[in-house]
Amino acid sequence: MSNTFLGMPSLPVFGSGNLNATEPFPKAARRELANTQLRANLGHATATIRDKRLKVVAELPDWEDMRDSGSAIKDATMANLPALLEQFEANFTVRGGVIHWARDAQEANEIVTALIQATGESEVVKVKSMATQEIGLNEYLQEQGIAAYETDLAELIVQLDHDKPSHILVPAIHKNRSQIREIFLREMVDVDPGLSDDPARLAEAARKHLRKKFLSAKVAVSGANFGLAETGTLTVVESEGNGRMCLTLPETLITVMGIEKLLPSFTDLEVFMQLLPRSSTGERMNPYTSLWTGVTPGDGPQNVHLVMLDNGRTAALADKMGRTALNCIRCSACMNVCPVYERTGGHAYGSTYPGPIGAILSPLMTGITSEENNSLPYASSLCGACYDACPVKINIPEVLVHLRGEDVDSTRGKVKVPTQMDLMMKGAQWAFSSGSHLNLLEKGLPLGKLVAGRNKVIKKLPGIAAGWTQSRDIPAPPSQSFRQWWAKEHKPGSAVGPGTTTEGEQA
Amino acid sequence: MKIALFATCIVDAMYPRTARATVTILERLGHEVIFPAGQACCGQMHVNSGYFKEALPVVANHVAAFDTDDYDVAVAPSGSCVASVKHQHELVARRCGDAALEARAAVVGAKTYELSQLLTDVLGVTNAAEQLGSYFPHKVTYHPSCHGMRLLKLGDRQLNLLSSVAGIEMVELPEAEQCCGFGGTFSMKNADVSSAMNADKAANICGTGAELCSGGDASCLLHIGGGLSRQGSHVGTLHFAEILACTLDRPATVLGEVQLAGGKR
Ligand code: SF4
Repeated sequence: MSNTFLGMPSLPVFGSGNLNATEPFPKAARRELANTQLRANLGHATATIRDKRLKVVAELPDWEDMRDSGSAIKDATMANLPALLEQFEANFTVRGGVIHWARDAQEANEIVTALIQATGESEVVKVKSMATQEIGLNEYLQEQGIAAYETDLAELIVQLDHDKPSHILVPAIHKNRSQIREIFLREMVDVDPGLSDDPARLAEAARKHLRKKFLSAKVAVSGANFGLAETGTLTVVESEGNGRMCLTLPETLITVMGIEKLLPSFTDLEVFMQLLPRSSTGERMNPYTSLWTGVTPGDGPQNVHLVMLDNGRTAALADKMGRTALNCIRCSACMNVCPVYERTGGHAYGSTYPGPIGAILSPLMTGITSEENNSLPYASSLCGACYDACPVKINIPEVLVHLRGEDVDSTRGKVKVPTQMDLMMKGAQWAFSSGSHLNLLEKGLPLGKLVAGRNKVIKKLPGIAAGWTQSRDIPAPPSQSFRQWWAKEHKPGSAVGPGTTTEGEQA
Repeated sequence: MKIALFATCIVDAMYPRTARATVTILERLGHEVIFPAGQACCGQMHVNSGYFKEALPVVANHVAAFDTDDYDVAVAPSGSCVASVKHQHELVARRCGDAALEARAAVVGAKTYELSQLLTDVLGVTNAAEQLGSYFPHKVTYHPSCHGMRLLKLGDRQLNLLSSVAGIEMVELPEAEQCCGFGGTFSMKNADVSSAMNADKAANICGTGAELCSGGDASCLLHIGGGLSRQGSHVGTLHFAEILACTLDRPATVLGEVQLAGGKR
């Protein structure tokens, strides 16, 4: 945790756990870029999901209206969050559920552990959940002697390989099927040694491996896609059916949900059940949707708990500009269209939340000054593909720029030696804040010719600009700027054209 | 119509020929072009890098240069700069607490057009060959830049104008909508990722067999062209305004790094 608790509760409370990058993004990205297998796997997978998504989205004539509705419902939820949380708590409790409030990762982990220990069990089955990834629950439980088994196929692959998820929906997106076959052969006890890498055979092996766990587990831990304030209902949306097994067979069900996952009313679900599957897996509908409201005597888990997780969400909510990031429904569409994610993969972002949404969510939840997270808002070319794809219309590029501003302001005046970037921006401020300043600078353009080689290109620049010339040439500048030409030669009505080359423009 | 040209800093300093082509096109259509001398830059590099405070005088300068009744509309041959004028200037003024500037920036933003937008929506140019005499007998591919495509929603305006040029052979660019990886200071701060994106863009361009790649943003073309040049490719980049400005009598001959057959005039 990056903030020291000084005895007085202070707002905002920043998040902890697996939200921090451990190294600057450019450095991590460089390493991941060198992994050609990863790039090939990712490029293939994201392109496939992208195309599927585009196809099913194009089927709906009211897709844009639906995005507007989704965005509006979420905005309204965030604007009224405290009241909705109380409403949810009342409804959840009255139907036999027990609510626990966790301020950060540590508190959430302690609560879940105590609940499991109270059952006397030392094994739990898990439904795929981003919130428990975020707080590092599996690792924490392991330290307490409790084994947590992931049951989602991709999550299982990552867990067996002792790896980390690299995508919020397809955690093993960076692995291909022959790699998965090797992991199964190596890590699964009593696996068929003749296992092929046919996806159906791999799924079958996983199913056999998990079946025993489903039938013997007394405790399940899940996340939740939505919580409905009106009725106190929780929802899990999935495609394999493993989730439903975990949600119905065990005696005790512990759900960990971020406080932002609420929707005001039951009917709001209609909008999101259309937005989510099409945006995430490119399917018209997901195969399994489970809804549960408290305890039903004699049917399903009889001990139902919910841990409501803050972990930096109120800090994000306090940022008027950034709070739209909390509207995120974790569909992963933004990472599937992101050209940066496509090349670096999820691990480069360090945080549980990778890709464009992670680049804003992690710094919002942990504070922009937290460790290496301040490099995340710069991990984007601002191409805007994420904003176009997002089903709840989160303007990610705008929030990225806002956070860059926060980052620059947070160091302003604090560091003694200005960075090269600071100096460049200062210089450019002078040049770009007056036509005559720029004109004066442009008088130096012919000098560029001297820097350029014989083939009229600049191949090496110093300082931070060296990044540019590592893979790109810069053409030699012209001898005369446009404004100089205009001042000298342009008379309205006189024909000018591209054929009229001037000295300095000729090759 | 009296049209104010915003040349943009990169075009002014690096690609004056693009601004001149813009003037040519507009005058050929019978309009009067003026060049507000106080202009410099839209400030998007500052804003996109988070230097809002430093962006303020740049934005104020642009607004001062264009906040006059001397012209009917303003135009820039750059989608990203127009997007900055339209979407970022008010934001910067607001963030820095300058309400008066915010209001004036809104007025300037509303009067500013990207070139293909002005030609298509305001000046009614649908056929460059007929209405501008555009002639360009070359094989060309086209990269739609992100800001024009996504922030300004330019759609196929630039592509349609290019396709209507006499003699031109347009070839489709695979994965055209993928960002080239420029992103202003992103190309320096995240040079490795940016280079990887540019390499894929260059490979796609070279695969088309086109003589050059056209587009509507000098900065993206500088980036793409710089990558192609480093790889030793002979495929060049050329702003669509320069292609529209070419006629049978005034062909593009030798333009900067772009080498085209046809000899010098
Ligand atoms: S930000 Fe939008 S696109 Fe990205 S995961 Fe969240 S909801 Fe999906």
